[in-house]
Amino acid sequence: MKKFIAQTYIWILLILLYAPLVFIAVFSFTESRVLGNWTGFSARLYANLFTGDMQGSSSLLSAVENTLLIALIAAAVSTLLGTVAAVGIHHLHGRTKQAVTFLNNIPMINPDIITGVSLFLLFVFLHFSQGYVTVVLAHITFCTPYVVLSVMPKLRQMNPNIYEAAMDLGATPSQALWKVLVPQLRPGMVSGFILAFTMSLDDFAVTFFTRGTIGLDTLSTFIYTDARKGGLTPELRPLMTLIFLIILILLVVINVRQAKTKRTV
Amino acid sequence: MKRSHWSIPYVVFLTIFVVLPLVLVLVYAFQDGNGHFTIANITKFFTDSDALGTFAVSIEVAIENTLICILLGYPAAWILSNKELNRSAVTIILFIMPMWINALMRTLATAELFNMFGITLGKGTLLFGMVYDYLPFMIYPIYNVLNKMDKSYSEAAQDLGATPWEVFWKVTVPLSMPGVSSGILMVFMPTVSTFAISEFLTNNKIKLFGTIIQENINSSMWNYGAALALIMLIIIGITTLFSDDQKETAQGGLI
Repeated sequence: MKKFIAQTYIWILLILLYAPLVFIAVFSFTESRVLGNWTGFSARLYANLFTGDMQGSSSLLSAVENTLLIALIAAAVSTLLGTVAAVGIHHLHGRTKQAVTFLNNIPMINPDIITGVSLFLLFVFLHFSQGYVTVVLAHITFCTPYVVLSVMPKLRQMNPNIYEAAMDLGATPSQALWKVLVPQLRPGMVSGFILAFTMSLDDFAVTFFTRGTIGLDTLSTFIYTDARKGGLTPELRPLMTLIFLIILILLVVINVRQAKTKRTV
Repeated sequence: MKRSHWSIPYVVFLTIFVVLPLVLVLVYAFQDGNGHFTIANITKFFTDSDALGTFAVSIEVAIENTLICILLGYPAAWILSNKELNRSAVTIILFIMPMWINALMRTLATAELFNMFGITLGKGTLLFGMVYDYLPFMIYPIYNVLNKMDKSYSEAAQDLGATPWEVFWKVTVPLSMPGVSSGILMVFMPTVSTFAISEFLTNNKIKLFGTIIQENINSSMWNYGAALALIMLIIIGITTLFSDDQKETAQGGLI
C-alpha cells in the first residue's frame, strides 16, 4: 500500500513534468503553424529541418551551428584550463588555497544574469567589440569552475607518490604528465567536459548580454527572439523533440555504463 | 617549476573575468553617465515604486516557488532514495533529465500548453511554470544527500525505540538539511534573477527583478542597471551566508 502511494506520487509528478515535452513531440508531427492545432499527421517539419527548406531556415540552422560550436570550444578550453588549475590548486596550501577556491566558487553562485551583466560591463569598459569571441570567453568563465570541481576529487584520490615514482624511474616530466597524471585524471576531465558542454548549450542569459549587436544567435537567443515576435517557427518543434531524445538516450547510456562498471568493480 | 604554480593562469583568468567585472558593477553603480561619483542610482531604486514593487513580487514569487519545490520535492527525493519503495534507476534519470534540457524550451512548451487549454497567463501560470522548471533542481541535491546517508543512524534510532515518524523527523530530516539548503540555493536565486521565463509565462504581464535589470542594460541605462545588479548581488551574498555552500554535493554523482 505504502509502495503504491509512493509510486503513484512519483508517476504523477513525472507525468506533469513531461506533459509539455510530450505535447511538443506530438505536435512536431503535424504541419500547422499554431501549436495545438492538429492538421493531420505529417513528417514535413522534420524533412524541412534536414533539408533546410523553410522560412527563416538559415537563421535557425546557423543558430544550432553556433550553439554547438560555442559549446565545443568553451568546453574544450575550460577542460584544459580547469584541469591545469585543479592540479595547481591541489598543491596550494592554507589561505591561498582557500582564496582561490572561493574565487572559483563565485561564478557558480552568481546567477546567470549577474555573470552576463558584469561581463557586459567588462567588455564595454575594455572597448572590446562583442560577438563570437566575447560569448566564448563568457562561456569559458562560467564553465571552468565545474571542470575544476570535477577534477579535484580525482586528485584527492590519487596516490601522490606515483608521479614521483615515475620521475625516479627515469620518466621525463612530460612522460610523467601524459602517462601518469592525465590517465588518473581522465574520468574527472571527461565528466567536467560533459558538464561544461551542457552548461554552455543551456545558457541563455550570459549569451544574451555578451553577444553584442552583430546578430549572433544561439539556439536559446533564437528561441527568445522568435517567441517575442509571436508565433514560434514550427520547425523548432521537431528540433526540440530530437534534442529531448538525444539527451534521454545519452543519459540512459551514461548511467547504465556507470552502474555496470560499479557492479564489476 | 612548482606544481602549485599551475594555478597561476587560472588565477589571472579569474581576476580578469570574475573579479574585475564584479568591481565594475560596483563602479558603474556609483557613477552617473559622465563617470562622476553619485549615489543617485541607488536612491532612484528606493524611490521608484515600480522597481520596488517588482522587487517585492520577485522575492514573493521566489519564496513561494522555493517552498512549493521543497514540499513537492522532498517526498519525491525521499521515495526515490528509498530502496524498498523505488528500485528503478530509470525514474531517477527521468527526474534529472529536465535539468539537461534548455530551460527556455521547457518554459515555452509549458506556456504553449497553457495557451492551448485557454488558461490565462498570470501569477498562477508563473508559479506553476517556475515550480516546473526548478523542481528537478530541488529533488536532485536532496536525493543525493539521502542516497549517500548512512542508514545505520535511522536503524539505530529504530532499535532504540523511535517510531518511524520520529526516525523521519529527528534523524532523516536533520541529516538531509545540506541537500535542502543547496536545493534552496539552486532554486531561490535563479527565480529572482530569471527574465525570459517570467516573460514567457505571464506574457509580460508580471515583471521580475531580472527583467528590469535586462531592460535597463538593453536601453543603455548601464549605471542604473549596474545599481540593480549590485542590489541583487547583496541579496545573493545574504542567501549564501544562510545556506552553506553545498554545490559540490549538488553537482557530484550521477551525470
